[in-house]
Amino acid sequence: MITVSGPPSSGKTSVIGKTIEALEKKAIELAVIKFDCLSTADELIYEKKGIKTKLGLSGSLCPDHYFVNNIDACFHWGLKENVDILITESAGLCNRCSPHIKGILSVCVIDNLSGCHTPKKIGPMLKFADIVVITKGDIVSQAEREVFAYNVKMVNPKAKILHINGITGQGAAELGRLFLSANDYQNLDDKKLRFTMPAALCSYCLGETMIGKDYHIGNVKNMKL
Amino acid sequence: MEGSWQLKNPYDFLTEMGFDLPDKNQSLDQYLNYIDEDMLEDIGTNKEMIYASYDALHGQLEEESEVKVKSILIKGGFNKDGEKEPLDILLKPGEIVSIVGPTGSGKSRLLADIEWLAQADTPTGRVIVINGILPDESKRYSFDEKLISQLSQNMNFVMDANVEEFIRMHAESRNIKQIDEVLETIIKHANDLAGEPFSLETPLTALSGGQSRALMIVDVAFLSKSPIVLIDEIENAGIDRRKAMEFLVNAEKIILIATHDPVLALMANRRLVIRNGGMYKIIESDESEKKVLEKLEKRDRETQKIRNALRAGQKVQCD
Ligand SMILES: Nc1nc2c(ncn2[C@@H]2O[C@H](COP(=O)(O)OP(=O)(O)OP(=O)(O)O)[C@@H](O)[C@H]2O)c(=O)[nH]1
Ligand SMILES: Nc1ncnc2c1ncn2[C@@H]1O[C@H](COP(=O)(O)OP(=O)(O)O)[C@@H](O)[C@H]1O
Ligand SMILES: [Mg+2]
Ligand SMILES: [Mg+2]
Ligand SMILES: [Zn+2]
Ligand SMILES: [Zn+2]
Repeated sequence: MITVSGPPSSGKTSVIGKTIEALEKKAIELAVIKFDCLSTADELIYEKKGIKTKLGLSGSLCPDHYFVNNIDACFHWGLKENVDILITESAGLCNRCSPHIKGILSVCVIDNLSGCHTPKKIGPMLKFADIVVITKGDIVSQAEREVFAYNVKMVNPKAKILHINGITGQGAAELGRLFLSANDYQNLDDKKLRFTMPAALCSYCLGETMIGKDYHIGNVKNMKL
Repeated sequence: MEGSWQLKNPYDFLTEMGFDLPDKNQSLDQYLNYIDEDMLEDIGTNKEMIYASYDALHGQLEEESEVKVKSILIKGGFNKDGEKEPLDILLKPGEIVSIVGPTGSGKSRLLADIEWLAQADTPTGRVIVINGILPDESKRYSFDEKLISQLSQNMNFVMDANVEEFIRMHAESRNIKQIDEVLETIIKHANDLAGEPFSLETPLTALSGGQSRALMIVDVAFLSKSPIVLIDEIENAGIDRRKAMEFLVNAEKIILIATHDPVLALMANRRLVIRNGGMYKIIESDESEKKVLEKLEKRDRETQKIRNALRAGQKVQCD
């Protein structure tokens, strides 16, 4: 499994789509689960590309809280469907929550257009990601790309930084290679979030980081799979 | 920001992240001793991450100067029909190689292979060898930023800053110390290329296409330490192309330029012909070709003269 997060419209769907295209020749079974608050057209975009997709809408909950309450069920769905790589896409709406899980490859997608100070403003979903994908490099200059990447490096020095063009797919094959070498699991039990999420109403609001049904208490919404 | 680049002190470093600190001039350890877990959680970070970021900010200094490129070897892979490319090409600093071929022939793909330091893991199967050795896996990620500058078709800045702020920001990210000198050099040379003058106070978004392009090229020549410059089809930029190439050559860059512009194609001493996705042959530009270049440039200068006259409200005539 791989978690992909990033601010709205940063290019997550484009990058995932291009990466899957690049992996197509490798004959592996891929699926994407999109988490969002309200409506989203991403599901249709993925389906159009022939990618197996599930959608989870969190409504009044923060999508990342909703994410962690549903992720183990999603994982089991993936196993049942014989999916080799399950990718989750979630838009970190509050900039403070992050879906990244310890031991599971985590990607944060941000774009060059968001302004060179943005990396400093994004919370754990950027700081604790293994790979940071920077998109929309085609629209800015070399110097702007350098300043932006430098600022990313300053907040997350350990991450691999990849520049990907979400429209042409340049750089996506390289991300695909990293996807293929991601860790493999049979279940998510006892896995932990990389970072706590701020308050709402469920056990995870109270600081729980363990994944699995045994840890769900309070206002838990289960998605239909 | 002062005239010279300085290490950020722990106080500025932490307050910029959003921490509220009582007094200045303490060490990072001292601060972190009384910042409690709740405060760290609120900001969305932890101690380990803070130390890592702080080290990264300072570690850059030593790292950067290491990258010295003496040669790049592009080892042939396969064209679109899977046929072996008949040649390898070796590039040295201070050299321009132009890349020519019809649209869709694979010019951009070649540049992308170099950018990615391909190791037979792209559709072309090419291998890029730097200084005679294969870049190892971990280096590839840290390398590419510092190794390669790219000038693409885009002609505009999106950053909300004026020319001076922009140059300072870039210089800071590159750990350049003599910022004031650099500022002066860049604005002077950018104006040489652009024709229409602009100043340090001009907002980036107010620059014309030609002025933006001029600033981008000069910035790459003087501020970017990357030894390799990849240029993809920058024709019609309305700048002095010869001077632009001279700046890059004098900065001892290795320059690869994919182009349909005959002046740029001929300015290179060697031209790499791409056909059907493969490197097909290398043509050395000889004396007779340089004469063609002179003719083209003369024609360009005449056009320029007429353009200037028209702009100045004069009448023009044949001589
Ligand atoms: N020019 C350019 N546009 C891009 C690039 N990547 C993505 N885009 C465009 O940016 C817009 C948003 O891209 P998406 O992939 O839908 O972004 P997202 O992060 O999935 O958005 P949400 O799921 O709605 O949060 C689309 O119009 C894309 O075509 C890029 O590298 N360059
Ligand atoms: N040797 C090759 N093998 C497979 N595909 C290739 C090869 N060379 C180029 N391509 C593909 O052909 C397409 C067109 O190439 P591109 O580099 O964009 O052409 P140009 O820049 O010359 O217009 C791209 O999708 C590119 O990846
Ligand atoms: Mg999306
Ligand atoms: Mg091209
Ligand atoms: Zn949230
Ligand atoms: Zn919650």
